Amino acid sequence: MMGAAWLVARKDLAIEFRTRTAFFSALVFAVLALCIFYFAWDESIIAPAQRAPGVLWVVLAFSALLGLQRSFSIEEHDRGIDALLVSPISREAIYLGKAIGNLLFLCAIQLITIPALALFYNLPIGRPLMVVTAIVLLAMIGIVAVGTLFSAMAVNTRLAELLLPMLSLPFFVPILMNAAQATTRVLADRPLAESWPWLKILIAFDLVFVVACTLAFPFTLEE
Amino acid sequence: MTSAPASASARTVLSSGLTAPKPIFDWFFALAGLSVLAVVVRAIYFTPIEALQGAAQKIYYIHVPSALGAYIAVGITALMSIVYLWLHDERADRLAEASAEVALVFITVVLTTGPIWAHKIWGAWWVWWDMRLTFTLFLWFIVAAYLVLRDGIEDAAMRGRYGAVLAILGALLIPFIHLSVYLFSARLHPMPVVLKPDKPSLPPEMLTTFLLAFVAFTLLCFALIRARYRIAVQRDLVTAFEGDGGSR
Repeated sequence: MMGAAWLVARKDLAIEFRTRTAFFSALVFAVLALCIFYFAWDESIIAPAQRAPGVLWVVLAFSALLGLQRSFSIEEHDRGIDALLVSPISREAIYLGKAIGNLLFLCAIQLITIPALALFYNLPIGRPLMVVTAIVLLAMIGIVAVGTLFSAMAVNTRLAELLLPMLSLPFFVPILMNAAQATTRVLADRPLAESWPWLKILIAFDLVFVVACTLAFPFTLEE
Repeated sequence: MTSAPASASARTVLSSGLTAPKPIFDWFFALAGLSVLAVVVRAIYFTPIEALQGAAQKIYYIHVPSALGAYIAVGITALMSIVYLWLHDERADRLAEASAEVALVFITVVLTTGPIWAHKIWGAWWVWWDMRLTFTLFLWFIVAAYLVLRDGIEDAAMRGRYGAVLAILGALLIPFIHLSVYLFSARLHPMPVVLKPDKPSLPPEMLTTFLLAFVAFTLLCFALIRARYRIAVQRDLVTAFEGDGGSR
């Protein structure tokens, strides 16, 4: 199953790599949002470094939505989804492939957004930033698990893109809350043990929703 | 539409649990409405004013029973979603849909009456680190998303499947929201005064009003779900007949 999933992921990434439009627009959006948020607070009241965790997670959630939207809408064109469905791979493999593709796509964006955050908000470069990157990866797994499923559902509705944020954001809330709390503590150079309760919830969320969404995905396809 | 295919489709429709409800006066709904009215009158005029909180405490008689109604309705939606995915029975899907809409109404009442009370007693309209407050807000968001999702899908079978998937995932999400807010929690919410191990600490008149309010709002909850279910039945009947006599 993982072999088939990887094929689906590679197909999506190849399409993305050849056009690069979605990647570029999501990336520019993320960096632009970082800049806009900088001016949303008075510099003398809250130090930029203290705002960084909140800004990071808001920007991350919305740029993730941009990336996820595209995941199933590219299949609608020429009914590519039908070709996927008649191919001799299980529906769970289609879901996992789509999710892996989305995960790599979003991680690539974050790999540029996090250094940009460090640059614009004057964060210390070093171990804390590495830990933050690891937390981002943990959070992305949960975001992608839920978002990929909802992306598949949203394209089949009349509202399409409009519906994805409404479906996904309530599910992102526990991820963002816990990830932001952990990030705040890590960036303040507190010991990792202090962030552990928040990270535990993140890990549990990933496990529960990767399994649940994989099982739920076949129900969202036409019979 | 010719009569022959129409009657044929009426038979298939009947076999899938669709029967046109008779347009009679809804006695159940009238009873529920009257009992809610009676409880409100009793709460305002015939229940003593609480010594510490004053008149603001009376909002409890609407707030807490509405929360109960909301939980009942949300529970029915989650349960019927599982039943629908399992048995593919359209009646379960209609019941899930009806309950979700009623749940949204009750949660809205809870979220409106809560801040009015909190402004007087806590001194703030909204307190984010309170677990039940934040939790109820996100319940509202999930139920709203559920209804909008259903509204965006024409095909009945797909609408049922998508709704059920979202409802079940929403049920899985609830413990995570609970846990997350718990880590924040300052526990500002008043602790239960009726359902606790020792004797209820409310004075008898207040307790009676409280319990009557629970009964009245539970009745109202079921009456609304029943009325909304009937609308769903009629909509599906119309769709079934239109599909039969239309272009196909």
